[in-house]
Amino acid sequence: MLSANDLTAIWLTLKLATVVTGVLLLIGTPIAWWLARTRSWWKRPVAAIVALPLVLPPTVIGFYLLVAMGPYGPLGQLTEALGLGLLPFTFAGLVVASVIYSMPFVIQPLHNAFEAIGERPLEVAATLRAGPVDRFFSVAMPLARPGFITGAILGFAHTIGEFGVVLMIGGSIPGQTRVVSVQIYDHVQAFEYARAHWLAGALLVFSFLVLLALYAFNPSRRATWS
Amino acid sequence: MTGGLQVRLDVAYAGFRLAVDLQLPGSGITALFGPSGSGKTTCLRAIAGLERAPGGYVSVNGEVWQDEATGVFQPTHRRALAYVFQEASLFAHLSVRRNLEYGFRRVSGGAGPASFAGAVELLGIGPLLDRQPDRLSGGERQRVAIARALLTNPRLMLFDEPLAAIDAARKDEILPYLERLHGELQIPSIYVSHNADEVARLADHLVILDQGTVAASGPLQATLARIDLPAALLDRAGVVIEASVTDLHAADHLARLAFRGGTLLVPSTGRPVGRRVRCRIEARDVSLTLNRQDDTSILNLVPATITAVTDTTHPAQCLVQLDAGGTLLLAQVTRRSWETLQLAPGKAVWAQVKAVALVG
Repeated sequence: MLSANDLTAIWLTLKLATVVTGVLLLIGTPIAWWLARTRSWWKRPVAAIVALPLVLPPTVIGFYLLVAMGPYGPLGQLTEALGLGLLPFTFAGLVVASVIYSMPFVIQPLHNAFEAIGERPLEVAATLRAGPVDRFFSVAMPLARPGFITGAILGFAHTIGEFGVVLMIGGSIPGQTRVVSVQIYDHVQAFEYARAHWLAGALLVFSFLVLLALYAFNPSRRATWS
Repeated sequence: MTGGLQVRLDVAYAGFRLAVDLQLPGSGITALFGPSGSGKTTCLRAIAGLERAPGGYVSVNGEVWQDEATGVFQPTHRRALAYVFQEASLFAHLSVRRNLEYGFRRVSGGAGPASFAGAVELLGIGPLLDRQPDRLSGGERQRVAIARALLTNPRLMLFDEPLAAIDAARKDEILPYLERLHGELQIPSIYVSHNADEVARLADHLVILDQGTVAASGPLQATLARIDLPAALLDRAGVVIEASVTDLHAADHLARLAFRGGTLLVPSTGRPVGRRVRCRIEARDVSLTLNRQDDTSILNLVPATITAVTDTTHPAQCLVQLDAGGTLLLAQVTRRSWETLQLAPGKAVWAQVKAVALVG
């Protein structure tokens, strides 16, 4: 069965995924909106940077983040100057790392959803006296709803499944940074296969249910504009 | 002079330049007519501020929306206009009622004549209020879009080919509503179309655009009768005349229409005596004879005087302008007939009108 340590790891993992998903929706929405609307040259490099975590090995991201957040890195110096201390091997550090790691999984669905809306609904709203901010909240957000659902589910699930970045940044501090994937790794290292089975099985079932929910919400790419 | 609509635009896009300077009446419907690619929609979008026209000037009945010389550019949402797009443009995430409320709720102060119930009644969309847009026909959607536009109390209504994406049967479902709008409201409108029948039916004033420039601008009837327009525009030339029903011939199902300069017999369509009607007479349905023909199947013979002649795109044809007692008509005849009959400006002729289309 699941031990107290396992439950702590599960709780920590869910907390991490929730916080990361929330943060990503907040910062990812304006980035995705900008990417969908801009004609700037900068669109391409920004889109490429957002997609980087898709192709880089997690250890590479983790390594650079570890260096950047360390006492001699720019992020580390910033957080120390702000009196926040150093981020590696803390929950906050995990959040920062996971936000970067899971970024494309939230921004890309949002970007696609905003692009699918097209100019016309926003022009219509403008002729009906809605200003730019009003247009975003009353037209763009509701029409991009499938993108928000997809982005939130993928961001949440992907954060739960993360391992390499956590290992580089967070280590394995119970209640702080020891998430489910690390806990499973520790069980296996200690030859506690039975306990590893319980946790791994739970993660497998959970992941399946999440993906099932994803496809249930978006049965097909229905036209959102008639 | 600050009344009416003043629009000065000079914008260049890739391979296309739109340069217009328009003074339009501050009431009634102005049709913006021309072949596709002539700049009609660009012009309309620039008036709405959807397309930035550097150096442009737009004012509506004294209210300046854009005057780049003094740095004025009101964004679209600050211009008191209504825009009806070519395709149905309802918000898919809102019911018909909430679509209608979208603009209505955003009009500051809510001052003005528009009333929710009034607009719903005018466009006949009462039974649709609780439906979602994807449960409406194309014609119903467009009626909802027009009502939604009306509810913002616009000072100017812009229509961008609102019937172009709708099949012919549905057009007849919407046109009467547009006519009611025209009859009951005083809001000046600009109506973009490349359909001559729609223009003949709805417009009071006509602007003809050709390759980004104004080929003609003036009252509908006078402008349609002009023959000094680019030849391509003259190929389907025709005039619109205002007439009224004077009597009905029940036995042979005909109605007599009186216009300034003569009368016409047309198949009766149930319009009662006294009703004002508009008819469109195409140049190719008018032929000329020197003497009144009594042995012809054509019912409508109108005495007229030739006032001018011009070439068309085909060298075999010419376009003749006629004055029928104060009403101008156009006739398309062959050059050979022109020579054989020794026609010339000033000559008295009989115009044989083969077809008259009642358009409104």
